[in-house]
Amino acid sequence: MQQAATLSAQTAPPPTHELRRGRSSGALGDAIFAAACRSAGVLVLLLLGAIILELFLGGLQAFRTFGPGFVTSTEWDPVQEVFGAGVSIYGTIVTAVLALIMAVPLAFGVAFYLTELAPAWLKRPVGTAVELLAAVPSIIYGMWGFFLIVPFMSTTLQPFIIDTLGTLPVLENLFAGPPFGTGIFTAALILAIMVLPFIAATMRDVFETVPPVYKESAYGLGCTQWEVVRSVVLPYTRVSVVGGIMLGLGRALGETMAVTFVIGNANRISTSLFGPGNTIASVVALEFGESELGSLKLSALLGLGFILFVISFIVLAASRFLLRQRLKA
Amino acid sequence: MGVSMIQTGADTAVAAKPGAAMNAPRIAVRDLDFYYGANKALKGINFDLPDRQVTGMIGPSGCGKSTLLRVLNRMYSLYPGQRATGQVLLDGKNILDADVDMNALRARIGMVFQKPTPFPMTIYENIAFGVRLHEKLSKSQMDERVEWALTRAAIWGEVKDRLNSNAMGLSGGQQQRLCIARSIAVRPEVILLDEPTSALDPISTLKIEELIDELKQDFTIAIVTHNMQQAARCADQVAFFYLGELIEVAPAEEMFTAPKQKKTQEYITGRFG
Repeated sequence: MQQAATLSAQTAPPPTHELRRGRSSGALGDAIFAAACRSAGVLVLLLLGAIILELFLGGLQAFRTFGPGFVTSTEWDPVQEVFGAGVSIYGTIVTAVLALIMAVPLAFGVAFYLTELAPAWLKRPVGTAVELLAAVPSIIYGMWGFFLIVPFMSTTLQPFIIDTLGTLPVLENLFAGPPFGTGIFTAALILAIMVLPFIAATMRDVFETVPPVYKESAYGLGCTQWEVVRSVVLPYTRVSVVGGIMLGLGRALGETMAVTFVIGNANRISTSLFGPGNTIASVVALEFGESELGSLKLSALLGLGFILFVISFIVLAASRFLLRQRLKA
Repeated sequence: MGVSMIQTGADTAVAAKPGAAMNAPRIAVRDLDFYYGANKALKGINFDLPDRQVTGMIGPSGCGKSTLLRVLNRMYSLYPGQRATGQVLLDGKNILDADVDMNALRARIGMVFQKPTPFPMTIYENIAFGVRLHEKLSKSQMDERVEWALTRAAIWGEVKDRLNSNAMGLSGGQQQRLCIARSIAVRPEVILLDEPTSALDPISTLKIEELIDELKQDFTIAIVTHNMQQAARCADQVAFFYLGELIEVAPAEEMFTAPKQKKTQEYITGRFG
């Protein structure tokens, strides 16, 4: 009976659905949609490639003129037309790393508080405040830094640190010199405040993805809140946590306006963190307007942009590599 | 008299026989009410967990059996809005009191969950982790303790050659036995099992049930289960919950052959639930 039924179904004329491809309007829609998505994906790749290529070609003149010394040289003399990226690379990396050193523990504290400690009625306002901090335009941070933080640094915080930490061996070199207020340290502080909300928001979001039963089993062994976070929540979320930190680092490396306001803009490497300096982004921002089309200086600035690109790329690649290593363990 | 009955392994098997007396209570629950916010989930619960015996807790979903388990180690305290009134006495001390050190309490009352929850670290570290929270042991003492816990949890043979590989790579049944090992490594007095085999295959389930039988020589055990046969196989005493109330508590044999309450009979014969 059943066999007969299937047989007759096979021999019966097919229903009206046309099985050949490309016939119905649905298939056409699918094809258009797929093509649109594919070109969006390809466009991103092309854009990225074009930017890298453009920066590299633009900087080629400077790379040719100064060779590998362009990266290491600390000289930047527009009058003599001698350009080196050493100081700004140093400033970029030191401010970004210093900013992370300040921001990561703070962001962790915020995220820990928001997910584990804060009473329910306070979670939302504090969480929103953190997110709003991320929405403040960087020029605002620059002005705020210049008019409020710099005077505070020069009159209060820096003299205090010089008198305390600055008297210890080793540290006396890091925290020395006249308290100008502007400088590497202040720039890093502003950067820390700027990247804090990104890192904190990422950490909070990923902390909340930990299944409660994992936390409960740790509590069930007699863990304190700190032990639960350190031994279960952090290992469970480390990939995303490092991802969030990298996001912050990426922003810190490329941040321009706020840094330009407070870093002091001097082309020298000073052993003291209170000394002025510059970053790749701040040099480009300050000098771009004063460089003629086709000049060696413009080429040097584009070359700086290329180097910044490479640094960001290395950071990303290194984080991937680190994560892969730690995931295996 | 109950204590003398379980002194040897041979006697343990006898303990579940009809007429077997229950041991002295390790935990005594008195007039316990529990609330999720305004919702009363447990109503006037009174019963004992006899020392070094297995208490099975059965009942339809939402009857409050898991809730009760979460009261016994104060797990509910992690969540605002959940509260318990009444008394849960452990060695005469009411663990619902505000002054109870919850970390110490949870070291004395371990818990294993429905889903295996190995921590994202090595097998060795999973066990050593809990121990380190409460005791300072030398390397060799810790090695010993890890081996002891894994052996007691009947998984040592399977993992002894890969203690340093990630616990996430174990099978579900192995992970669950690892979690039991992790609990007993802290050397608690009571172990709470919340449907420990519901996510496991029959063979792993059998292993865990044999393990429970072994463990009751040293530990007082409470097991929540949806599986009547499991309760019959493992438990010395069975408690039946329905809609937040404790309907009946009796030695296992009695419960499954001659339940006193009509509701219990209906449930264990599969008429509802």
